Amino acid sequence: MTQSRFSYLQAFPLFAIMLVFLVIPTVMIVAVSFWDYNAFSIIPDFIWDNYDFLLTSSVTWRAYGTTFFYALTSWALTLVIGFTAAYYMAFHLRTTKSQTICFLLATIPFLTSNIIRMISWIPLLGRNGLVNQALLSLGLIDNPLEFLLYSDFSVILAFVHLYTLFMVVPIFNSMMRIDRKLIEAAIDAGASPVQVLTQVIIPLSKSGITIGTIFVFTLVMGDFITVRLMSGGLSASVGVLIYNEITLLQYPAAAAGAVTLLLTVLMMLAILFRFANIREDL
Amino acid sequence: MVKETKKGGKMSRRSFLGKAAVATAAVAAAPVITGFPTVWAQNIKNIKLRQFGTGTASVNAIAEKVKADLGFTIEMTALDSDAVVQRAVTQPKSYDIADIEYWVCKKVYPSGVIQPMDTSKIKLYDKISPLFKTGQLTPGADIAQGTAPHTVGFVEKNEDTAFAKRETQWMTLIPTIYNADTLGIRPDLVGRPITNWRDIMDPAFKGKTSILNIPSIGIMDAAMICESMGVIKYGDKGNMTRDEIDKTIEVLKKAKKDGQFRAFWKSFDESVNLMSSGEVVIQSMWSPAVAAVRAKGIPCKYQPLEEGYRAWGGGLGIARHLSGLELDAVYEYFNWYISGWAGAYLNRQGYYSAAPETSKQYMSENEWGYWMEGKKASADIVSPEGVTMEKKGAVRDGGSYDERMGHVACWNSVMDENKYMIRKWNEFIAS
Repeated sequence: MTQSRFSYLQAFPLFAIMLVFLVIPTVMIVAVSFWDYNAFSIIPDFIWDNYDFLLTSSVTWRAYGTTFFYALTSWALTLVIGFTAAYYMAFHLRTTKSQTICFLLATIPFLTSNIIRMISWIPLLGRNGLVNQALLSLGLIDNPLEFLLYSDFSVILAFVHLYTLFMVVPIFNSMMRIDRKLIEAAIDAGASPVQVLTQVIIPLSKSGITIGTIFVFTLVMGDFITVRLMSGGLSASVGVLIYNEITLLQYPAAAAGAVTLLLTVLMMLAILFRFANIREDL
Repeated sequence: MVKETKKGGKMSRRSFLGKAAVATAAVAAAPVITGFPTVWAQNIKNIKLRQFGTGTASVNAIAEKVKADLGFTIEMTALDSDAVVQRAVTQPKSYDIADIEYWVCKKVYPSGVIQPMDTSKIKLYDKISPLFKTGQLTPGADIAQGTAPHTVGFVEKNEDTAFAKRETQWMTLIPTIYNADTLGIRPDLVGRPITNWRDIMDPAFKGKTSILNIPSIGIMDAAMICESMGVIKYGDKGNMTRDEIDKTIEVLKKAKKDGQFRAFWKSFDESVNLMSSGEVVIQSMWSPAVAAVRAKGIPCKYQPLEEGYRAWGGGLGIARHLSGLELDAVYEYFNWYISGWAGAYLNRQGYYSAAPETSKQYMSENEWGYWMEGKKASADIVSPEGVTMEKKGAVRDGGSYDERMGHVACWNSVMDENKYMIRKWNEFIAS
């Protein structure tokens, strides 16, 4: 009895922090999403208008389409690149020292801020940027490539660049736990390298892949700054719409957008969690 | 509410002590107090006024000069236009002076966070440009469309939150800064003369144009373009009907689909980068952004257009919670602002001073001729920071003050259908 009371006491600080900084604000956002507003004030009320407009507007559906497109493409690319990098680090680097060095090298970009790493692509990809200049001087193209910047290409490039490490870390983590004897046993039993990969390593890294997927998905779904900067404001994701509404003082509409996005992401997470036992793997 | 009363009480007590002390101090320290301050000099040193606004007018040089001339401290915070509205309305206790634009004032003032000022306490009131009192630069001139400053410049009485139809004793904002905006171009890359707003839609510039993504301003630029193209005739560009908004957005959407735009910009730096990197050759732009591109040695022109300019103006408003000595200091500051030094500073950056006359004495004949009269520079034009902006012999784009401010077609505005317009604008951005 005293023991359980003591454990409640231990959990209380975190509970209090979560209550004040997560639960209460979320409840407020939900409440505000039903309020009315005009150009300069928000009016406490209970109306469905915000959701009504949000869910029936083609803009929302198109923004969700764009957002899912970004999320899925970035996910697929970060998965392939992240898996390959993690595989190399886990199975080809023999010593813990070289693994650590490789890992530290991968984290170097994180010493500068997200936005700066993103913005530095702009002079590289622009019409008169380094890439175009190099291609032109090599005679590979006659006119500068326009799709490099302010396009879906540049948005996804930035996402992949920013979030691949979030894939590498959990996959590497779960790969390191694979008992090497299993791989030897598979080879002894006559499995080809592809069979080892698909039937031993991938299933055993599943939880790492799922955790990486959760990271990439939630980050891309909620992003607005990457989309705005890298698409030159030409594309709008759900995050961009919410951001626009906030800057225009339309808090109730923004709150409705945020609640809808939150529910969408939660549903996706509920599905993803079926693939991983997160308590065991973190 | 309770807190406010308490504070008010404290203030008036302090100001009473202040006033009592002035009498003594005036005798004792009369030679020390010179120039502007009429508020007690020792007390005023402890005053710190928090001012916030867009980057255009929140310049540290002005705060430094205020400290030197008046003795008190102005703490400047610069934000973007959207953030200014947010902060003004949602955190009224976080500032003492709000530097806001007139079109924003239409949103901010009715929320009750700003107190109007008594014009009888503004000594140089009659030097303020008539644009801010009647909307006419010269008597009989046309009043431009949109939220012209004089329409949101006055209220009937101190407590009113609705605007007065005419000039009264209570002014909502003290005007400080204004300008006439037009398109910026890269003369070396456009390859032909640009004369009209519709030129931005010329297929020859496909993928090389940009407009700004601040809905209230962007829609006005779009309206100038549509009217110039001859596809829409507006009743009032600054207050469109739903039908006019729909049509305007359709034109924009089509242009976007056809790949006319390279990007949309939201901040000053973004517009400078787009232009200087050659990503765009023609775009809506602000005057100092053009100067910033030119400062990099890249040719850029602030192109006057046949249909006229889209103008904007800004001013300083007093937070509702201010009273007593601090309020006196604010009046002191406002009187100083329109007395010339600040005006000359703004004029030299390409903006205009609210009281042009007073700033003349702080500018050289060459500077006044170049910036205000459209004359050839008789010597190099140097920025307030000491950088050479124009060589001898240069003429300002758009000519003299009267030529520019006399050709304003509309002012930045907030429409009655604002909510609808923003929804449609989002639709355009997401399309």
